[in-house]
Amino acid sequence: MKKVNVIINDQKISVPANYTVLEAAKEINVEIPTLCHLNLHDLKAVNRSASCRVCVVEVEGRGTLAPSCSTYVSEDMIIKTNTPRAIKARRTMVELLLSDHPKDCLTCSKNQQCELQSLAAELGVRHIKYTGEESHYELDTSSYSIVRNLDKCVLCRRCETMCNEVQTCGILSGIDRGFETVVGPAFGLPMIDTMCTFCGQCVAVCPTAALTEASNVRQVWDEINDPDKYVVVQTAPAVRVALGEEFGMEVGTIVTGKMTAALRRLGFDQIFDTDFAADLTIVEEASEFIHRVQHGGRLPILTSCCPAWVKFFEHQFPDLLDIPSTCKSPHEMFGVVTKTYYAEKFNIDPAKIVVVSVMPCLAKKYEAARPELSTNGLQHVDYVIDTRETAKMIKEAGICFRDLPDEDFDKPLGESTGAGVIFGTTGGVIEAVLRTACDWLTGESLEAIDYHQLRGLEGIREGSVMIGDMEIKIGIAHGLGNARKLLEAIRDGKAEYHAIEIMACPGGCIGGGGQPYHKGDSEIIKKRAEAIYREDAGKTKRKSHENTDVLELYKNYLGEFYGEKAKELLHTDYTKRELI
Amino acid sequence: MSGKIQLRIALRNCGVIDPENILEYIARDGYMALGKVVTEMTPEETINTLKESGLRGRGGGGFPTGLKLEFASKNKSDVKYIICNADEGDPGAFMDRSILEGDPHAVLEAMAICGYAIGAQEGFIYIRAEYPLAIERLNIAIEQAYERGLIGKKLFGSDFSFDIKLKYGAGAFVCGEETALINSIEGLRGEPHFKPPYPAEKGLWNKPTTVNNVETLANIPTIINKGAKWFSSIGTKTSKGTKVFALAGNVKKVGLVEVPMGTTLREIVFDIGDGIEGGKEFKAVQTGGPSGGCIPAQFLDIPIDYESLKSIGSMMGSGGMIIMDEDTCMVDIAKYYLDFTTDESCGKCTACRIGNKRLFEILEKITNGDGEAEDLKKLKELGDIIKDTSLCGLGQTAPNPILSTMKYFYDEYEAHVFDKTCPAGICSSLTKYEIDKEKCIGCTLCAKACPVSCISGKVREPHEIEQDKCIKCGACYKACKFDAITKS
Repeated sequence: MKKVNVIINDQKISVPANYTVLEAAKEINVEIPTLCHLNLHDLKAVNRSASCRVCVVEVEGRGTLAPSCSTYVSEDMIIKTNTPRAIKARRTMVELLLSDHPKDCLTCSKNQQCELQSLAAELGVRHIKYTGEESHYELDTSSYSIVRNLDKCVLCRRCETMCNEVQTCGILSGIDRGFETVVGPAFGLPMIDTMCTFCGQCVAVCPTAALTEASNVRQVWDEINDPDKYVVVQTAPAVRVALGEEFGMEVGTIVTGKMTAALRRLGFDQIFDTDFAADLTIVEEASEFIHRVQHGGRLPILTSCCPAWVKFFEHQFPDLLDIPSTCKSPHEMFGVVTKTYYAEKFNIDPAKIVVVSVMPCLAKKYEAARPELSTNGLQHVDYVIDTRETAKMIKEAGICFRDLPDEDFDKPLGESTGAGVIFGTTGGVIEAVLRTACDWLTGESLEAIDYHQLRGLEGIREGSVMIGDMEIKIGIAHGLGNARKLLEAIRDGKAEYHAIEIMACPGGCIGGGGQPYHKGDSEIIKKRAEAIYREDAGKTKRKSHENTDVLELYKNYLGEFYGEKAKELLHTDYTKRELI
Repeated sequence: MSGKIQLRIALRNCGVIDPENILEYIARDGYMALGKVVTEMTPEETINTLKESGLRGRGGGGFPTGLKLEFASKNKSDVKYIICNADEGDPGAFMDRSILEGDPHAVLEAMAICGYAIGAQEGFIYIRAEYPLAIERLNIAIEQAYERGLIGKKLFGSDFSFDIKLKYGAGAFVCGEETALINSIEGLRGEPHFKPPYPAEKGLWNKPTTVNNVETLANIPTIINKGAKWFSSIGTKTSKGTKVFALAGNVKKVGLVEVPMGTTLREIVFDIGDGIEGGKEFKAVQTGGPSGGCIPAQFLDIPIDYESLKSIGSMMGSGGMIIMDEDTCMVDIAKYYLDFTTDESCGKCTACRIGNKRLFEILEKITNGDGEAEDLKKLKELGDIIKDTSLCGLGQTAPNPILSTMKYFYDEYEAHVFDKTCPAGICSSLTKYEIDKEKCIGCTLCAKACPVSCISGKVREPHEIEQDKCIKCGACYKACKFDAITKS
């Protein structure tokens, strides 16, 4: 890339010509405050709406101030980022935003996590000069996953970028004009009545509490404190590589043991692992895949672990409903197994069992309420709390998380293999399937099980694996926009794959809508992925079909892999849904 | 006198030809310019002619038209577009509508000329749906032009083809801003985005695009036919040709006027407009629409062009010109325009969405009689910051009506804030109606006219207004035939 010379705050610097003033300033450690700007480099998500006007700077020769996030450098540009004029304008923009923002910071769910709050502090706003009418809208609590509080929206439009450009769902967009402008679904519909997948990526990037998760913390406490209830908790693989961030631990720290210890101290009756159910999912899905290959069934098979992805194809690709695997997602498999096999084994009334899922995901909250995911009138999963909510509970209980000893999961639904762990990142599910399918198809126990070609953060990846003399073509997509491309290619007959893995969130579950806020730093997602693979590499068992607890479950209860009982409990079907 | 001052270039055919008959347009040299550029001139020569003519955008910005075309022509692309901006939205302005209704072929011809100049094959006319007659006539014109091969494939036997389509706007003022307009054509929300990239580089569907206003286009065929030199001989040093204004307000003769650049405001108001209605005093003229400013009497003799209007705190804009007499409250006028711009703001950027709303609220406070000294400082300070910080032209210019009235009519602001009076008697909260007992003969007309029955008194005896109940509607003031009611 051609370089250009610019002068920023009297310092000369040569930067690539495609740099914005903001990026150029970073090169010489000049921080320009931003609010609406978001650039998740590796995930290819950029919000450059230039709407907040907080990052304005002076550019010589330009009549008005320039937004540094979207002004590109040019040869001999002279920029001043910290003049009284720029700073005053910047502070005024924040004051104006605050003048139309509730002042309930102390009780706000984003207190100390709010980017507007930090910005006001950084700019030393101590007084709001211009006051006037404040916006008041009805809270949208219609969905199980996402709460929309438009009073707190600063119209940064990051959610729109995620929803429309990255996820291509098109649920959120600007409506109305002037002071009445809000971001929301068409016709002002509540979220539940839209084709929102509840992936929660809008929540993940919202700088304020305009979009937050629908919290289940209170309900879970009530269940824990109810002596008649037997409260079982399960934790998803992506949680253990991110939860530490909420306690100031280094990004990418694996906290499996401390998490288990903390959950035990919160008062859950049994601490189990969704990874166990991930292994269960793999043996089912691998069996289904082999069945389709050997019986001329519909290929490719698409993974079905991700509830946002499931809802996406139900709305957007209703003609392809026979492609996805019919396997329920791991935490749902866990729920049904707990309320049947486990309940019978330990003679506990299933109606008294409460299954709580600790997930990196907001769509899981919605999924838990899907009516078909129930047995004998009991939902498989009762509550889903995300990583952030879990951290809040631990903090509420006064547990010193960082100082906890490492503890193990309970038996018998706590054992897991490395294959179950890698479920948490893009490429992980299909790699786990291959580890099992290859062994089964070749009849050998293969040593080479690290499928490096399937890993990484590229939005769409493909690879092929030879099983005997058969070439298995694999497609992987993360982010629903990428998934759409892959699915359209399949629909148009332009792509031939045997198996496809899709995760709705960029990066997979590690980048889920319920994870600690990355605040625009995509390095965080990378480090979580590295931690997942470290955890896998450290496991003695790394193939799902080697999970002894899973094998015992089949032996004692389910019978055959992909057999009648397994199909009844572990598989589901899909529904055509409207486009709205 | 007015006949001498006016010179019709953009409006040359309006009211002269039957706009629904292409032959009448052709009879007045219609499509000759297009024929000339396509068969005799290169695209570069066409652009150069327009550059030399000095024609500048008539939509508001005043950007040199030839230069704009040149930018788009230099950006290589297989597909390019010409857009005619017919989203006229200034209150009281109807210049573009008159051209579209009275001379639609001039716009079509000019678009094809621009298309030839930059290498575009397709043009869109973005027209507000509130202009049904203009739409009808454009549709007729397009159909007739296609029938005669004057737009469409291989024009004048050349390899140049040009299609024109209409695209209706829903009436958002901000869609007159070119990036918002392009968004709207693409089916997206009509809101501006940051430039660069300019439309000349990445415009409609990311292809090089030139957006020109209706009046700008209407000048182009004549410039081609009569030459750049002829056009540039009209006007001032920096602003060539003529400008159409929509004269309105407290002036005797209202309507469209087309005058050479450099004509003075006094000539327009007093010669063409025949002075102020009802023998009242001239107070100010508002130009540039909601983005412009109010010009006081002291500047009546300056020659109007882009630069001179800007230097006195207003702007050319698209040509709205509202004359105000002595009974106009300048604070109220500023509030009126702010009300308009806050309503029409797209809501995207903080400065415009919240900043202009706060300005409006301060004006409301002042006209309600609750203004404080601090409010005057705030208006100026916030107004300046909004101008400096807003994303698009709408936001950047929205404070102009306040800043210009504060500059020239500060005493009126002071009267509202410190004396709690509205000198023009417009702001109802600051107005008091009283009955002069000496003059009142007790005819009861005022009491009958009062909608809230707050006037009492016996027949043939002086009446009285109950001030607590009075809503300051002025009905009694208008009803009284004996000048017995005073307004203060």
